[in-house]
Amino acid sequence: MNTKVTLATAGRILDQLRHDHRTLALLVAVPALMMVLLRYIFDDQRTFDRIGPMLLSIFPFMFMFVVTSVATLRERTGGTLERLMTTPLGKLDLLIGYALAFSAVGLAQVAVILGTSLLFLGLTVSGPLWALVLIALLDALLGVALGLFASAFARTEFQAVQLMPAFVLPQALLCGLFAPRDAMHPVLSALSDVMPLSYAVDAMSELTVSPELGSGFAADAAVITVAALLSLLVGAATLPRRTP
Amino acid sequence: MMNYAVRVADLRVRRGGREVLHGLGFEVPRGRVVGLLGPSGCGKTTLLRAIVGVQAVESGTVEVLGRPAGAKEVRSRVGYATQHPAVYLDLTVRENLRYFGRVIGAPGEDVDRVMGQVGLGSQADQLAGSLSGGQLGRVNLAVALLGAPELVVLDEPTVGLDPVLRQELWALFHRLAEDGVTMIVSSHVMDEAARCQRLVLLRDGRILADETPAELSAQTGTDDLEEAFLRLIGAQEAV
Repeated sequence: MNTKVTLATAGRILDQLRHDHRTLALLVAVPALMMVLLRYIFDDQRTFDRIGPMLLSIFPFMFMFVVTSVATLRERTGGTLERLMTTPLGKLDLLIGYALAFSAVGLAQVAVILGTSLLFLGLTVSGPLWALVLIALLDALLGVALGLFASAFARTEFQAVQLMPAFVLPQALLCGLFAPRDAMHPVLSALSDVMPLSYAVDAMSELTVSPELGSGFAADAAVITVAALLSLLVGAATLPRRTP
Repeated sequence: MMNYAVRVADLRVRRGGREVLHGLGFEVPRGRVVGLLGPSGCGKTTLLRAIVGVQAVESGTVEVLGRPAGAKEVRSRVGYATQHPAVYLDLTVRENLRYFGRVIGAPGEDVDRVMGQVGLGSQADQLAGSLSGGQLGRVNLAVALLGAPELVVLDEPTVGLDPVLRQELWALFHRLAEDGVTMIVSSHVMDEAARCQRLVLLRDGRILADETPAELSAQTGTDDLEEAFLRLIGAQEAV
């Protein structure tokens, strides 16, 4: 790995986004609008206070997953990935470059969602705000890492879009948003235990009710971080320098 | 040993369950413009990909600048341009060159140098996606010239360019070779062969000839390289 190359890659990806105003606007505005929608669907502040933070952990994950898997597929089909493989760039330079760039976008996204929810939608959170932002950011990173990993399984844009339901929906269904995790069938509960998003939702739910950070919070944050790093490494392993 | 930029020995490559290169071997001396010629689908791109180290090979060796092809230490010394432009269409010409330059570790002023070399200065701040096909091809070529490479591998760099520009680019290839850069340039157009100092003719994954244009003319008894190619094929099939 080479820090200069990694940072140049992150800068290049941000440059690409800078030229693509529509994507940038969609990335930042749509999740915030979803929160507004959600607030009025429930039309009940207590339910929103419980569900809102959970979604704050799911949105960055979902959006970053989609954006990353399509962006890396474009590198593959456009030939730029092969070109980069003939240069001194290391695979981790590319993957971490993506992680840095999209985490920065994730941070902007989270800031707008959180700002909207706190200022206009009356969201109340018992725990410290920085902890909320930290979990949301780790989720964005997890989405990027899993998106990079998943894009190895797609050959076309059609397939890449189908990866979203395959990788994201099961996690969203089992993470505790729709039904409490401990009330699920043991098989489902076990499945939900191995899905990283569950830990994000656990951490968020804890933050909404308790003003103090328990030991559970650090453990949850650690699980998400390790899962993200692991998928980055597996992603690097699935990125061959030589192809048939 | 170090007189050769590329040494290929008994190279076999399979793609899609079919062997496409059947035990090739040849050497490319340093500081020359070498043409890799042959019809479409004869294995030119596969061979070039093996030289830059991104082709999975079945067996054989490919040595580039004295090291195995694709080794980390030679990657910054080899420039490569694919047939289809591999640049970011949503970045400007300058942003593309700046990024690839940083990846290779080229000095910042290289961006302006290579834009001048391929004649793209006035398009510097245009998005690559808004360029014409010929201009885009030149951006693609410019990336391969970043960072003073010792070996430049170009896959059909002059396809679709007007004659004036083609002549300018061939002049550039020769100037680079005079400075000691080894140029491997593929083409399926035979009239480009005369511009090369050495020719490697490829057909159906086998080398038909590896010599200078003059030697090829003498051997086949014609100055027309297209005709020479046909006579070689005829001679081979008669055996």
